[in-house]
Amino acid sequence: MSDEEDDIVLSELSNEELVQQMHDDLYDGLKDEILEGVNILLERGWAPYKVLTEALVEGMRIVGIDFRDGILFVPEVLLAANAMKAGMGILKPLLAETGAPKQGKMVIGTVKGDIHDIGKNLVSMMMEGAGFEVVDLGINNPAENYLEALEKEDADILGMSALLTTTMPYMKVVIDELKAKGVRDNYVVLVGGAPLNEEFGKAIGADAYCRDAAVAVETAKEYMSQRMHNQ
Amino acid sequence: MPPAMLADTALAESAVTVSIPHSTTPTILLIACGALAREILAVIECNGLTGMALECLPATLHNRPEHIPEAVREKIRAARGRGIETVHVVYADCGTGGRLDRVCEEEGVTRIAGPHCYAFFDGLDDFAARADEEIGAFFLTDFLARQFETLIWKGMGMDRHPDLRDLYFAHYDRVVYLAQTDDPALDAKARAAADRLGLRYERRKTGYGALADFVQRAASSGC
Repeated sequence: MSDEEDDIVLSELSNEELVQQMHDDLYDGLKDEILEGVNILLERGWAPYKVLTEALVEGMRIVGIDFRDGILFVPEVLLAANAMKAGMGILKPLLAETGAPKQGKMVIGTVKGDIHDIGKNLVSMMMEGAGFEVVDLGINNPAENYLEALEKEDADILGMSALLTTTMPYMKVVIDELKAKGVRDNYVVLVGGAPLNEEFGKAIGADAYCRDAAVAVETAKEYMSQRMHNQ
Repeated sequence: MPPAMLADTALAESAVTVSIPHSTTPTILLIACGALAREILAVIECNGLTGMALECLPATLHNRPEHIPEAVREKIRAARGRGIETVHVVYADCGTGGRLDRVCEEEGVTRIAGPHCYAFFDGLDDFAARADEEIGAFFLTDFLARQFETLIWKGMGMDRHPDLRDLYFAHYDRVVYLAQTDDPALDAKARAAADRLGLRYERRKTGYGALADFVQRAASSGC
């Protein structure tokens, strides 16, 4: 940040300026500033859902675009995500109290043999930000973990993540297990991770491959809207 | 660039053409990751192999593996344009999810087998057999031990934001240094890297593993 920006007093900004500044602060991964900004907007009477969508999710969307375009790299995205996570820590209990539009429920986890969860965590957070309820199973999940959670949680969407070429084929094992139990069509199956691509997603029988968190959110929304339409 | 002048920084960040002794008119090209240059040269020199050229792509491509397949394709086509028909690719799959294999198939070249260089150094079967037990292992090779500061610590932004370490390595439990050579200085570097990551340390001498066989077979492919 420049010296000029260091002098900005968030509480003195108009709502519009503050939201813009929060987008910049999120971009720069400034957690404390995001926490302060969220609290100011809430004190000004903003609904938690409005703070979430206009200040945090929109800011993270911009980060996502610049990551996709090679302007930002993983460290910067992680710092931005950390700042957003801090802001969501304030908003989540308030969202539960005040009610926010519910988009659907997702069970998500990294597949068996794989301990990488940075991308998965980013997707979880962005899905929550978009109004999805997320049940995160963590890392190294055998097929039975997914199947049990999907049934227990009455979920709409299954999300699977893998970072390794050696672990990504396990996604097919999970999908085949869903088929064997006759429940494959009960869920939208989204897959993602650095070594995957659209062709792989199709080949294993997933509904969609999502190249990043923003695409995961948009894809999930589209499928949920189709489901509502078909009901 | 002559072998003696091979600088790790150049291999990490730039495309490097390596001069091979006694290979003035090469008919076989190895296209490799910069992280493997010294090891390939060692195999070539140790076995007195001739007739080969070595071109390396920057090792930092590993941070954006989606760019590896097309970068390799470009090198293959450039070589063919210069009249070198026999080309071998010394890259593992390296997180390309099979896309590098597709390029190799389309261009009619062979690639060293394996998902990662760790796997072909360690031995493909042994590496696969240890996958469950070593699920929390972060692997270093000689090159990565030397370049830990540049490629990993700085490359992953931990120099600027040390807090990122615990985000990246939360689920790792050890560093396994797969040593190609016996070098106490590298051992110390690898151990220091493990300390810095807050992980326990193991060293396993692998030598050049399946890389040695691949390079030797490549040398006879132009005959």
